[in-house]
Amino acid sequence: MPKIRIVYDRVRTEEKMLEEKAIELGHDTKMVDAKVTQVNTESKKNDFDFGDVVLERCVSYFRGLHFTACLEFLDVPVINKYEVANNCGNKMITSLLLKKHNVPTPKTYFSFSHEAALENLEKVGYPLIIKPIVGSWGRGVIPLKDRETADAIIEVRELSDGPLDRIYYLQEMIKRPPRDIRVIAVGDEVISAMYRTSSGGFKTNIALGAEPILCEITKELEDVCMKASKAVGGGILGVDIMEDEKRGLVVHEVNNTVEFKGLSKVSKKNIPKEMIDFAIKQAIK
Amino acid sequence: MNCPECDAMLKIPDDAGVGEIVSCPDCGADFEIASKNGTTCQLKHAEKVGEDWGE
Repeated sequence: MPKIRIVYDRVRTEEKMLEEKAIELGHDTKMVDAKVTQVNTESKKNDFDFGDVVLERCVSYFRGLHFTACLEFLDVPVINKYEVANNCGNKMITSLLLKKHNVPTPKTYFSFSHEAALENLEKVGYPLIIKPIVGSWGRGVIPLKDRETADAIIEVRELSDGPLDRIYYLQEMIKRPPRDIRVIAVGDEVISAMYRTSSGGFKTNIALGAEPILCEITKELEDVCMKASKAVGGGILGVDIMEDEKRGLVVHEVNNTVEFKGLSKVSKKNIPKEMIDFAIKQAIK
Repeated sequence: MNCPECDAMLKIPDDAGVGEIVSCPDCGADFEIASKNGTTCQLKHAEKVGEDWGE
């Protein structure tokens, strides 16, 4: 019987769904709390019960990323791989990889000081969207519509002075309907897709109350998603797409520890089952 | 059981498991279920939402 372990730091609906499905499918299933797990440089795989494969599901990106590094050190198969988590967790790296692999993506500008960011804004023109390079649920994603707003947001960043705040990620504002598309890709397959319609503002995160509506998986959508998945290294991913009025589908984000509570309400396929089946296949490989 | 913060009654669902978060309806404090033995739970203060939390 294959052994699957789900590494968590906070059990959300998604982790419960994954655990329940893995048990239902007859797999030896255990939950592992990353917060109380100790690893050291002398650790060996047999010191732990990480089973045949691990699904890394920490809500904290850095915790999950570093835990994944430990799992790979122990030669434990983990989904997603460290490289994939790193590629997806940093929006700048994601944007660079998407462009490098010819995946349609919004034009994005990178500056490495607040002076350079302001200079770029003046040169390119308003509006641009400022996004923290690490972060989720739409936090810190703000449209800079004029110099006054830009000055205020950049001043706040200077005051908070986090190490990643010095990296300025400014993205063109896409002309699109007030929605985006979230696609779940598992391995070489697109599992499900939904429209996330804004509940008022310009953000479309389900975490902020956006309404999930099932989206048809067209050939174009499938092709773009698979290209985006390959660009970041593949695995279990949430690909976020906007519908540009001129260019068609553009990928703006790829998520590593994808949340699917919203999509599972409307999905035709059983998302946790697809994820567990994929993980088990990786363990057998 | 009672809220470790304000002593209000905390209702923990029977199917709640280790790692899940329960919130106190009175004071709003969040607790993580640290261990569970039958109907007895041990709670610890839940972590605050971090900048790197999410997908």
